[in-house]
Amino acid sequence: MNIAEGVQIVSFGILGTTMLAAALGVVLLSNIVYSAFLLGGVFVSMAGIYLLLNADFVAAAQILIYVGAINVLILFAIMLVNKQEDFSAVPKRWIRNGATAIVCFGLFALLGTMVLITPWSIAPATAVAVQDTVVEIGKHFFSDYLLPFELASVLLLMAMVGAIILARRDFIPEQLGVQQTALTLPEQPRESSAGSIASDEMPSS
Amino acid sequence: MYRIASYLHLSANMNSGIDLQGTFIESLKDLGLSPGLAKLVWMPLPMLLMLIGATVGVLVAVWLERKISAAAQQRIGPEYAGPLGVLQPVVDGIKLVFKEDIIPAKSDAWLFTLGPVLVVIPVFLSYLIVPFGQHLAITDVNVGIFLWIALSSIAPIGLLMSGYASNNKYSLLGGLRAAAQSISYEIPLALAVLAIVMMSNSLSTIDIVEQQSGYGILGWNIWRQPVGFVIFWIAALAECERLPFDLPEAEEELVAGYQTEYAGMKFALFYLGSYVNLILSALVFSVLYLGGWESPIPMDRLAGWIGVSENTPWLQVITATIGITMTLFKAYFLVFTAILLRWTVPRVRIDQLLNLGWKFLLPVSLVNLLLTAALKLTFPIAFGG
Repeated sequence: MNIAEGVQIVSFGILGTTMLAAALGVVLLSNIVYSAFLLGGVFVSMAGIYLLLNADFVAAAQILIYVGAINVLILFAIMLVNKQEDFSAVPKRWIRNGATAIVCFGLFALLGTMVLITPWSIAPATAVAVQDTVVEIGKHFFSDYLLPFELASVLLLMAMVGAIILARRDFIPEQLGVQQTALTLPEQPRESSAGSIASDEMPSS
Repeated sequence: MYRIASYLHLSANMNSGIDLQGTFIESLKDLGLSPGLAKLVWMPLPMLLMLIGATVGVLVAVWLERKISAAAQQRIGPEYAGPLGVLQPVVDGIKLVFKEDIIPAKSDAWLFTLGPVLVVIPVFLSYLIVPFGQHLAITDVNVGIFLWIALSSIAPIGLLMSGYASNNKYSLLGGLRAAAQSISYEIPLALAVLAIVMMSNSLSTIDIVEQQSGYGILGWNIWRQPVGFVIFWIAALAECERLPFDLPEAEEELVAGYQTEYAGMKFALFYLGSYVNLILSALVFSVLYLGGWESPIPMDRLAGWIGVSENTPWLQVITATIGITMTLFKAYFLVFTAILLRWTVPRVRIDQLLNLGWKFLLPVSLVNLLLTAALKLTFPIAFGG
């Protein structure tokens, strides 16, 4: 074993442990802000594992999109919703927790057996690592992966249209009298173009 | 693609006179070390050099900021610490190191400590991609400039973290503003960079500079991207939270934003991070638009006219020196303009800032990108076919 292999194995160990610990923290911690920050840790260690697999572009994209955009937006949503709510203790809570644990463990066992049973076609060790990953990804996007690529862009377009409609409140029909208290900002009602009070929807939720 | 990725770290060409890495490893082997161990000893050296370089760069930038600000206000500025006050930034740094490290009683101690660290590390990591010469870079990463954009998107998480952990209204508002600003200006920044990448057919910073070389000052991207460089500089200033856009720490509104509760070394990390980020943005600007290490007069042509071979050792030393000097000169010229802007332009309001980002810079940068693509198809010679 030379230095490069040793470094790879050690960093894989560190990244894997960090990822698992952070993911467990996301699920098990009761403070939602900690969970959101730990989610960022999960994404970063995942990017590290992509890097170990020679997928440098995917790793950078993972950091840019998941850490830089999605995780920051999650944190934004959490910090803007400053409603302090006391969670009352639910009676017989252990039944729920137990059911969740069983379902999660079942899923884990299912995926684990799937991973073990599937005959993975591992490329021979002599395979040359792709030098220019961006070019390769681009070629695949416009040839054999064209349909998924286009579908994903249509999905993103739909999400964008939805976000614009939520942000422009005058498009939403009025819902006077419906007072949502949980998870809304204590803000003043905004005057819409018609001069009436628009609904109290929160754009970023 | 005319250039196959090379793996020459801080060293000259294989067929040429000077090979720092090779010579260093050879001399260690002569001392009786195994080849693997010799390589292991070499590896941290360029990284350490980069860390030290970045820190010294910050000291210079702080001194410049104090002196130029003083000149803009008809003061003298730092005067007694060293000749012309050059040691003043060191004095500032030592003061901050020895100040008491306070963690507010009702704050979240863990997140409070982790916040500044998360802000500083990505910025230093981004120095990985800055080239100072053809073979004077820590590493030639394939995704180079994209890595810089990705890493700079981690910083807002650190800012949000410190803003939240401080348990202070001003801090939280500052953190949220910093994150909003950073997300808004990242998109025009990335689109301006994308236009350059489209012209150079590569994300690697070394390829981007090479594509501008050969014609001296006339070949620089600034002539081919007159709109792009303005967008990039505005967005970069906003990402660095420099003065026209320093809303996250606006003194009159938010005390000091997310830095309000910080003191001592943790504050020093924010301070260091902001200046390292400014210099890094200036370096990246000079790489993208001002031809990086290229001097205004093409050096290799000059050498060709005199009749000196490219691989002559003394010529390589001179080229490397000129390359480093040119890169630093361009970067510090940009830092100078940023400091002048600070004393020229008043601070914008938060709604003006977001309107400028989303309603003006974003459409303009999209049009710039489309125009670049069209020009590239029409004039492949001038716009890198």
